[in-house]
Amino acid sequence: MTRETNRHFKFDWITIVLFLILVGFGWMNILSASHIGDTIDYLDFTQPYGKQLLFISLTLLLIILILSLESKFYVRFSSVLYILSMVSMVGLFLFGKNVNGATAWYGIGGMTIQPSEFAKAATALAIAKHLSDLQIDLKNFKDQIKAFIIISIPALLILLQNDTGSALVYAAFIFVFYREGLPKVYLILGFSLTLITMSALKFGDVTTGIVATVIILTYHITRRKKPQILKTFSIILACLVLSFAVEFLYENILQIHQKDRISLWLRLEKDPAKIQEMQRDILYNLYESEKAISSGGLTGKGYLQGTRTTGKFVPEQHTDYIFSTVGEEWGFVGTAFVVIIFILLLLRILHLSELQKSQFSRVYGYSVAAILFFHFLINIGMVMGLIPTIGIPLPFFSYGGSGLWGFTILLFIFIKLDSNRINEW
Amino acid sequence: MRQFLLFFIIILVGITFIGRLFYLQVYSAEGHNILDDNAIRKVYDYPKRGFVYDRNKKLLVGNQPSYDVMVIPQEVKPLDTLEFCSLLKITKDQFKKTYKRAYNYSPRLPYVFLAHLSKEDYAVLQEKMRKYEGFYIQKRLLRDYQTSVAANVLGFIAEATPSQIASNPYYIMGDLIGKQGVELSYEEELRGIKGIKFIQKDRFNRDIGPYQNGEFDTIPQQGKDITITIDRTLQEYGELLMTNKRGGIVALEPKTGEILALVSAPSYDPNLLVGRKRSENYTKLYRDSIHLPLIDKSLLRVHEPGSPFKAIVALTALQEGVITPQTSLFCSGVYLYGRRGKMGCHCGGGNRDLILGISKSCNSYFANAYRKSLDIVSNSSKSMDIWSNHVKSFGLGEFLGTDLPIGKKGNIPDGAYYDKWYPDFKWVGSTVLSNAIGQGEILVTPIHLANMTAAIANRGFYYTPHIIKHIQGKEIDSKYTTPNYTTIDKKHFEPVIQGLFNVYENNGTAQHLKVPGIEICGKTGTSENFAIIEGKRTQLTDHSLFIAFAPKDDPKIAIAVFVENGYFGSRYAGRIASLMIEKYLKDEVSRTDLENWILTYSLEHEYQKPFSGKPFKINRQGGQETVSPEELKILKDKLKEI
Repeated sequence: MTRETNRHFKFDWITIVLFLILVGFGWMNILSASHIGDTIDYLDFTQPYGKQLLFISLTLLLIILILSLESKFYVRFSSVLYILSMVSMVGLFLFGKNVNGATAWYGIGGMTIQPSEFAKAATALAIAKHLSDLQIDLKNFKDQIKAFIIISIPALLILLQNDTGSALVYAAFIFVFYREGLPKVYLILGFSLTLITMSALKFGDVTTGIVATVIILTYHITRRKKPQILKTFSIILACLVLSFAVEFLYENILQIHQKDRISLWLRLEKDPAKIQEMQRDILYNLYESEKAISSGGLTGKGYLQGTRTTGKFVPEQHTDYIFSTVGEEWGFVGTAFVVIIFILLLLRILHLSELQKSQFSRVYGYSVAAILFFHFLINIGMVMGLIPTIGIPLPFFSYGGSGLWGFTILLFIFIKLDSNRINEW
Repeated sequence: MRQFLLFFIIILVGITFIGRLFYLQVYSAEGHNILDDNAIRKVYDYPKRGFVYDRNKKLLVGNQPSYDVMVIPQEVKPLDTLEFCSLLKITKDQFKKTYKRAYNYSPRLPYVFLAHLSKEDYAVLQEKMRKYEGFYIQKRLLRDYQTSVAANVLGFIAEATPSQIASNPYYIMGDLIGKQGVELSYEEELRGIKGIKFIQKDRFNRDIGPYQNGEFDTIPQQGKDITITIDRTLQEYGELLMTNKRGGIVALEPKTGEILALVSAPSYDPNLLVGRKRSENYTKLYRDSIHLPLIDKSLLRVHEPGSPFKAIVALTALQEGVITPQTSLFCSGVYLYGRRGKMGCHCGGGNRDLILGISKSCNSYFANAYRKSLDIVSNSSKSMDIWSNHVKSFGLGEFLGTDLPIGKKGNIPDGAYYDKWYPDFKWVGSTVLSNAIGQGEILVTPIHLANMTAAIANRGFYYTPHIIKHIQGKEIDSKYTTPNYTTIDKKHFEPVIQGLFNVYENNGTAQHLKVPGIEICGKTGTSENFAIIEGKRTQLTDHSLFIAFAPKDDPKIAIAVFVENGYFGSRYAGRIASLMIEKYLKDEVSRTDLENWILTYSLEHEYQKPFSGKPFKINRQGGQETVSPEELKILKDKLKEI
């Protein structure tokens, strides 16, 4: 075989096939969730399914464009792309369009574009660039700070757009940092913080404070190294302060709908009548989506046959709640299939990342996996009621042009980088 | 380690998700049932309930439309209660109360908010109904009775009770179900199968079209029309004759076991249990503890059969060979037995053979025959078993197995029964002598007696009495077309039937009731009865009983009449039996004197006695009471209409 024909086969076809399955199956479900009546005109661009078909075809062009650029381009211009992306988000505060309380879109003609969807790829490139610098070591506090600043800028900008869910996605980079040498104390810190917060809300600040103190003291006494009394006591103090601060933060910082979601998730409300009312009113979406999923049973009601989908019982079903359509119409067989495809895709990306010879490609691949995983975890967890409601889309699956393109760019830059790993420069 | 953390977490999350999905969709899922899916509106289409015809194809029960206001509380939006209440003609309190009840029943299931709107109210309401979300009008068919009689046979329909709904998934709240009579017995045939339309709703509860193009919709299956064996004219006539009397008449066609008339008195007009006043009327009928109009006396009134039972005693004795038709006995007006036993006899005394014994209703003759029957084997208990089996072969002492939903067993004692009564005492025939004349422990209902008469008329077999004659497109149960044979040989019936025939002849107990041109065989009965009044066992006026069949050689009707406290057999029951037979066989009544007598006299005064709290006289001293001339005129007008 000549070198020329061989080129095409260097792309990782497994990843591409998994991507195509998700996009194709996703579109089928968008069609089901958004069609009205019995007539379906696939090219009706006023309907979500028609628009999504258009977005998908444009995505194919986008893929060709991404794959035809040199790998070096992404390495060289990563900083520029990052800055451009940040500027585009700042621009929202001047030219943005407000939809549903979030100022996250540019209106261009009849279309809207959401720059935060593209910022993920840009940030991943910037992080890859930063960490692959030979001078950088994440054990070094200064470098840690720089890395955290890179992810904090987009996160803050998105938070200011009033899109909390999308901002949270940047937390996923902690996995990347850890892989690249971030001391594990950060992971422990993050985990303890979450645990103390949840515990303080659920069991009260005093109980949490006492339990935390006991655990830390036990650890302090039983460990073999020379005890550092000052360190131990400062940790205990921090835990106590946090425990008592949680209530104040919960009451004063969070918005009402966020409080309700958390309160319901942690079962903070005791009155069953009130809980029921909350379930029906505040978490109407979740209530209906869980019902739709469980009504699907083992094999589902059949494609385009879901009664709750047809009746549009689940609001936003074609976007954030698309997984409930799968659940109702395809049953457990369908949902398990989607979960497995996602897991395969994520593991494949991780596996490929570990194979990379350049650190840039590895960090980037890891970032892709982490971001996709975070979306997958939050979206499906939310739709099933395992995680409090946070509105972020299911990659490749949910309706939305910006989202689809953002994820496609994210994934295919990695496929391009991966195709180059043999003839490293 | 660092490179495996995310791998590990991803796999863990994948397993957790699949586990949770399995729990949601497979483990805890109840499976999708469109009937329970609240995304699908179910619109029921009720079929026509089957019509009921009498044996001559005269319509007895048809249908009429009715409109119910239904509510699904979950779907109710705030509304102008004041206007709504004025449309429904109810008060606001009633509205609140009913709504609360509906909500407690179930927030998501339909509940009957107001039943049976009049056509006028419906017309006004229908136009404004769409303003009231969660409320809708359900059209139903109510029964439309073409007759004011036979309520006990026809029964009625009413809303299914919560327990009926729970036990049978076919019914939902507000559905009508047969509660008594043929409406209950033939509920499945009559009701048909309701049709369901499934309509897809959206989350604002708006209809957005048929669910899956109506693939699951069913069209209603019409109820089947049924023809019952009742002869409407005879039934109406019987009920008229029983006005102001209490008791029952059962007329059968011996050749088929078909019930020609099943009269229970006092009864009620079936039209009372239709429409909006239904529950009010029902309560009134239910609480009438003197007349018990809802109790079917022809099927449920257990009593001692009295003298008609002597025919069975005779047949048993003949079959066992303890007497022959020629066996004779001299009656001295009293039958002496044991050391001090005495049984009175009203036959007038003299030499009695079997035929005379029956026609004169001689107690002594049958006491003798009965005692001999209990001596056939040395052990009275075993003899009693043999005797008991013969008697039971006439359908006595057991449920008859009619296709009416109610019935009583009555009682025919056997050896074990008395062994239990007299554990330390060697009892013999004379110990239980009352059975010989149909008193003592023998208990029957009027339908038992009529069936026994039919078996005698058929000379040894009977068909299980039944009310169904024909079901549209379906065979009737073969149980009703298979004869049941008695244990008595055919040859023994002729002398007994001759005796029964002579009851109407010279010196017989019913000689004055003869109907010209019809050979009737009959038997009077007068049974003593007692009531406990203020703790004391008090004798009341005897019950009047009569059994008969005609014509003698080709029986077309067998009848049993039971009139409570009517005194001797031929006084009320005999007259009524003769009139019924003439009416059925000839269509015209020549014995208008009997007719007048029956309509003129009332027994209400007898029924008041036990409740009056005063001492009273019975039987001949009990006195006669006539109805007022106005009432008599009304009754006679009714008579002309039949």
